[in-house]
Parts: sequence; structure tokens; C-alpha cells
Amino acid sequence: MEIFGVPIQAFLGQLLLGLVNGSFYAMLSLGLAVIFGLLNIINFSHGALYMMGAYVAFLALDLLGLGFWWSLALAPLIVGGFGIIIERLLMRWIYKLDHLYGLLLTFGLALIIEGVYRYFFGVSGQPYPVPDALRGATDLGFMILPNYRAFVVLASLIVCLGTWYVIERTRLGAYLRAGTENPQLVQAFGVNVPLMVTLTFGFGVALAAIGGVLAAPVIQINPLMGSNIIIVVFAVVVIGGMGSILGSILTGLGLGVIEGLAKVYYAEASSTVVFVIMAIVLMVRPAGLFGKEK
Amino acid sequence: MNNKTAVGFVLLVLLGLVAPYTGAYPIFLMKALCFALFACAFNLLLGFTGLLSFGHAAFFGTAGYAAAYSIKAWGFAPELGILFAVTTAALLGWAIGSLAIRRQGIYFAMITLAMAQMIYFICLQAKFTGAEDGLQGVPRGKLFGYFNLEDDIAMYYMVFANFMIGFLLIYRTVHSPFGQVLKAIRENEARALSLGYDVDKHKLLAFVISAALAGMAGATKTIVLGFETLTDVNWPQSGEVVLMTLIGGIGTMFGPVVGGFFIVTLENELADKVGSWVQVIMGAIFVICVLAFRRGIVGELTALFGRKKDVAV
Repeated sequence: MEIFGVPIQAFLGQLLLGLVNGSFYAMLSLGLAVIFGLLNIINFSHGALYMMGAYVAFLALDLLGLGFWWSLALAPLIVGGFGIIIERLLMRWIYKLDHLYGLLLTFGLALIIEGVYRYFFGVSGQPYPVPDALRGATDLGFMILPNYRAFVVLASLIVCLGTWYVIERTRLGAYLRAGTENPQLVQAFGVNVPLMVTLTFGFGVALAAIGGVLAAPVIQINPLMGSNIIIVVFAVVVIGGMGSILGSILTGLGLGVIEGLAKVYYAEASSTVVFVIMAIVLMVRPAGLFGKEK
Repeated sequence: MNNKTAVGFVLLVLLGLVAPYTGAYPIFLMKALCFALFACAFNLLLGFTGLLSFGHAAFFGTAGYAAAYSIKAWGFAPELGILFAVTTAALLGWAIGSLAIRRQGIYFAMITLAMAQMIYFICLQAKFTGAEDGLQGVPRGKLFGYFNLEDDIAMYYMVFANFMIGFLLIYRTVHSPFGQVLKAIRENEARALSLGYDVDKHKLLAFVISAALAGMAGATKTIVLGFETLTDVNWPQSGEVVLMTLIGGIGTMFGPVVGGFFIVTLENELADKVGSWVQVIMGAIFVICVLAFRRGIVGELTALFGRKKDVAV
């Protein structure tokens, strides 16, 4: 069976790969949006922190012999903690300035983090094994489904929807949304806004770290993986707009799929298709698909 | 032109004229001048219009490729090659600019970065760029069929002339009525709009001028060095020009020149000593500048000498 001249197995395989990439886009753009909402900073170092998550997994296995599941729990804590330190030490000082300084500061951080990792690990990729429980593939009849890839999509959906639930449906999320609208007022009600800001940044960073651990077995871990993905994620954020959480998730997954399909039909365009879509969206709907028109 | 700017101008011209006879390595001087022009072009947008483009490498690099290709493959003379490259960069600036000005602030930066990355991927895949190898062995040729640019001194003065043309054009733009509107947009876009200025048209024109001059810098650099590679279109190059402007002084006339020389010197000095730590040092300079040194070298100096200085952005 073929779809537009492509064998269905190859088609579905790329579709799944697209969904896997889309999961990373979704998690990273969600983290960016949550941070931007409260801190008014676009975190350029988000990609570098995602890369750090992957290296936590690599080092935990290499040095301590701790497997994938341990890393999945440890990486968000370690990298999130690192994020909290950054927020307390550096970002605190620039909230009152123009947004652009936040971008420049985090760009500098990204250079530092990437440079340090390049020094220690070079630029070649490090392989990371797929966890035992998720090895192999399941035959669904119409396609062979690699277990780990299915797990990545599922896990990131759970993380993203969990985030959506916490922000939209819980008391903590209500504080967060209120803080996004008017931090002074929320503070006047007795909420510790600076603490909330710190924890929010830590949480957004933790999302990136989880993404990094999930990515470790499907890609080669290398210090440049963060800067490669972050620019695409910026395009995703422009396309989706940062107004809605579900919008971020959908846009991330959708663009991953489109990128995957581009690989099947016109491989040369697969690296540029997201940017082309961004250009079209800017022409038709400048505020982004889910953004609020100002 | 006030006194201090005039003194700065005279100093700049004098230094520029005698520089090749001071024993400084001519290739280094030319490279630094090209980056200084690049940073000045970038500063026209960031410092005087308040637009942070994170994709200026696209114009710098594309112009580099246009110059290298037209000179090598079509046998263009250097002046024609530069003209062709500047036109290419201006057209690209018009295309990317028209998209980017549809959003403000942080989104503008992200859009320019994303579009520049697209240009990078196109350069990576296209046939005429030579992909990973780049375009090598671009002849310097003869300027106007007369001045042999293979001579480093002749080449230097052409680069310096290009730099001065760009620099004076930016000076003229900033101090024209058009430049005043750009400043108004920087300070308060909504108000400029309500006063009846076509904000989008002004922003776009500023973007095109900036892209064209960035292209002139890129094309000149390619002719000096005789090759063009993917480094010039990649995102770290976009970041570097931001850093040059930031450390020199955003929104100052001479800041980007100082910043350009500073960063090129630093890279020259550090490259063989610390290897991959260069990137870490650049990142650290970024962080320090943003946290404690936002006026930059020239901004701090002018503040030190007592003149009240409005800090841009």
C-alpha cells in the first residue's frame, strides 16, 4: 500500500519520527511560554538547558551506572536547580529593563554553557542506549511501532497535559495566571511573587531537561543539540503565539509532523519548512495561530 | 555636528589613514574595519530604531557569497561584485524586514533569527555556495581596472573608503528628519504612529539600509580574505555583531567601531591560546555587559566626560 507514491511503512515511520520531534518542540515551547508569561524573558538558554538534561542522563549512566528512569527523575531536579541558581544570581537584576536584555543575557548564558560542554565533550555525538523495558517494536498489523518512540510521544503528552492541568485547573496555577496578568496586585494579596517567579523558571527549565533525557536515546547527544533545536522552537513559538498552552502543544506536535512529512516527500525542504510556515503565518495572521491580536 | 563628534570624526579618519603604517597586520586591520562597519549597520537598527535583529548574519553572509560567486564565476570586477552583493543584501533585507516588522519587540528578534537560520540552511544545501567547503580562492582583482588590490596597502584603503562611506551614510541617516522619526519610533512607537508617521514604512526602510550596509561589510570582507564560508551566515555571527554593538555602546555613533575592533582583537589574541573557551569568554562578556555595563565603552566614556547621555533601547 502506498500514500502519494510512498510506501505506507516509510510514511508512518516518518510520521512517528515527526511526532517525536514535535514532542520536543511542544515541551520546549511550553517551557518558553510559561517562563515568558511570568518573567517577560525569552529564554535563549532553553536549548542549552535541554542539552544539559541529555548530558545528565549520559553522565549518570557513564559515571554512576544510573539508568534511564533514574535520569528521568534526576535531570529535572539537577537542571531545574541550576536554573533556579541562574534566576537568583543573574536574571533577578534585569526584570525592570527592556525585554531585549533578557534575550541578550540568556544568549550569553547559552554560549557559556555550550562552550563548557564543547570543551569537555567535543562536538561528536555520544550514543545513549534505549532503556531495556522499551526496546524492540510492536507489530500493529499496518506498521511496526518502535516502542521507545511511542513512549516519547506518550510521555511528553502526559507532561504537557499535566502542565496544562496545573496551570489552568489548580489554585497554584491560578496564582501563576494572576501573576502573569498583574504581579503587583498578586503580591499585595500576600503571595510571595519573587519565589513564584524563581520556581516558575525552575519548572520551565525542568521541562527542557525532561525533553533532553527523552531525546537522549533517539538522537546523538552532543553539545550543539541545544542551539540546533532552539531556533526552530522560536519559529514554533512565533507560529503558535504564546497566549495558549494547548496552542503551544498543538503547534509543536503539528510542526513536527509537517517536518517529518517533508522528509518523505521533499527531503531538501525538511530543514526549512518550519521557517517557511512561519513566514506564511506572519503574512496571514501576524499574531500567530493561537495568539491574541493586540 | 557637535564638537565632541567632530573630534571623534577627525580622530577616526586620521587613525584610519595612518593605521597601515603603524606596523599593524594589514589583514587584521581590514577584517576589523569590515566588522566595525557591520556593527555600525546593525546599530542603525538596534541603537537608533530600537529593533533587535538577531539575524544580521544572513545579510553579511549572503552578500559575502554574492560577491564571491559573482567575482569568481562571472568574472565581475571588485566594485561590481560589491554592488551586486549590496543589492542582493538589500533585497533580502526587504523580504525579511517586511515579515519581521509585522511583530514587535521580542518576536521581532525571534523572527529575524528564524529567517536567518532558513538562509543558513539554504546556503548549506545550495550548489553555488560550495556547502561545507565554501567558496575558496576568490581573486581580489583590480579596482576600477586600475588599482591592483593584491597589494595589501591598496586593498586597505579600499576597505577604509568603504567603511567611511558606510559610516557617513549612517551618520547622515541618523541625523536626517528620517532618522528623527526612527528615534521617535524607538522611544514610543504608538505615539509616532498617532502623530501620523507611517511607522512600518520607516522601520522597513531602516531595515533595508541596515541590511545593505551589513552586506557591504560582508562583501568587502570576502574580497579581503578571498573566501566565504558558512560561518558568516550562521547564528553565532548574528550574536557576535550584537555583542560588538553592546560592548561598544548601543545607540552611539562610534561605539560599534570600538566594539568591532575590540571583539576582533580579542578573538585574534585568544584563538590560539584558549581554543574553545573563546565561546565561553564571549558569553561571559555578554552577561557582564547586560548586568553591569549596558552603556558600553563609548557610552561610559561620554557619561564620564559629563555630557548627559540617553541610553538607547
